[in-house]
Amino acid sequence: MSVVVHLPGPLRSLAGGRRQVTLDSSARTVAETLETLFALHPALRDRVVDEAGKVRRHVNVFVASESIRHTGGLATPVGEGAEVFIMPAVSGGVALGRALPALRGE
Amino acid sequence: MRMARRKPLPAKDGRVLLLVGTAKGAFVFAAGARRTGWRESGPHFRGSAVYAMAYDGRQGRRRIWASSASMHWGALLRHSDDFGRTWTDPESASVKFPPDAGLSLKQIWQIRPGRDDEPDVLYCGVEPAALFESRDAGETWSLVRGLHDHPHRPRWEPGGGGLCLHTILPDPAKRGRLLVAISTGGVYGTDDGGRTWRAMNRGIRAEFLPDKHPEFGQCVHKVVQHPARPERLFLQNHWGLYRSDDAGESWRDVANGVPSDFGFCMALHPRDPDCAYIVPLESDMFRCPPQARLRVYRTRDAGASWRALSQGLPQRGAFETVLRDALAVDALEPAGVYMGTRSGKLYGSNDAGASWTLLRDGLPAVLCVKTAVVAAGPRARGAHPGR
Repeated sequence: MSVVVHLPGPLRSLAGGRRQVTLDSSARTVAETLETLFALHPALRDRVVDEAGKVRRHVNVFVASESIRHTGGLATPVGEGAEVFIMPAVSGGVALGRALPALRGE
Repeated sequence: MRMARRKPLPAKDGRVLLLVGTAKGAFVFAAGARRTGWRESGPHFRGSAVYAMAYDGRQGRRRIWASSASMHWGALLRHSDDFGRTWTDPESASVKFPPDAGLSLKQIWQIRPGRDDEPDVLYCGVEPAALFESRDAGETWSLVRGLHDHPHRPRWEPGGGGLCLHTILPDPAKRGRLLVAISTGGVYGTDDGGRTWRAMNRGIRAEFLPDKHPEFGQCVHKVVQHPARPERLFLQNHWGLYRSDDAGESWRDVANGVPSDFGFCMALHPRDPDCAYIVPLESDMFRCPPQARLRVYRTRDAGASWRALSQGLPQRGAFETVLRDALAVDALEPAGVYMGTRSGKLYGSNDAGASWTLLRDGLPAVLCVKTAVVAAGPRARGAHPGR
């Protein structure tokens, strides 16, 4: 089965510039999906989860439009064709992943 | 001195570096030995808090270390071998708790190169309070278990900034001896390279506890040790200014003639072990200079008396805070003294503190200021055997 993981701007350079990664795997949960993703792109691991394996406090993971904080955390089921979004929480600001337009005179 | 210009100055032998960590990135300043005409680069690690920076000039290195902590993506230890032009961006975090510790790294508060005769040893102090050690010049790191397993650790409490290990003092004369300071936990020392540790807080008070002189639990803000006289230490406490002449076995109050003995930062003169610098703040409830006058205080008699240094510093309406690592003294003659404020001002003195210049305004909140004089690099190593 396949799952699509969408990456936020600041993390794309750690995945070869990809905005999204399509995983062909047997992952049934978010935890297994992330493990598959980290195996492909190891630099994503320490940015998304801490050394205890928890999703970082100011990172949100969604399956479709639901935050996994409300659906069982890392054990949240992931079905065929699911879309998983990794996003920085609003607590720290937006992450455009591209340069802001230069101000006049800069 | 003049205000800094936003054009990087290629660092080379004899240049003075100022490493400034802020709440939103790191800045590197460089100037010649006269310490006028500062140039700057940065911000490096835009948007990340940089609590710790260090310069490692041992064995001909010219390496700047920095910790960058993104609110989202966690804390990383990085280094630059070209004065900040390029930085490492490690795939995985090198400083992190092992799985059995059950802890996760919040912040790297201190990076400290080890003794000169152990040129590949480095230390990091982190939050939650723990000490990490590297024996391969920062490639790999391990938790210092002796301190982590100390029976006091579960009773350490976070101070206002978090439960952090913020000060690391490898004894320059005695191999295996190391002092650390923790807010709040106090001073701990080892004589056997980190295997066993003991609290070393005799004489230091804890204003915020019913027992004012507990074995541990003091909120020590900064400790400094003189390289030429390692048994001489000064300590800025959360209420209290102290000196030790017996390598931390006991502490005596030296708050003589200061407007307040509350403050965060402390620095020593590079050659005079009787000379220390502090920036007193009114109180823990109002962390601003007394009378809103920004004054550095200096003792030249080991704390028997302190004198205010204010020439060039704002003496009206200066509601500034200088944090625990945001005061630094360079090794030149006369010594350069530097400090950064939470309102993003960087001040410098090239006459040992007698007069001050605003080097830079408009920085993000300054979290740390470190300084170093660039010595001959790798190419010159052959000419300096033993360096």
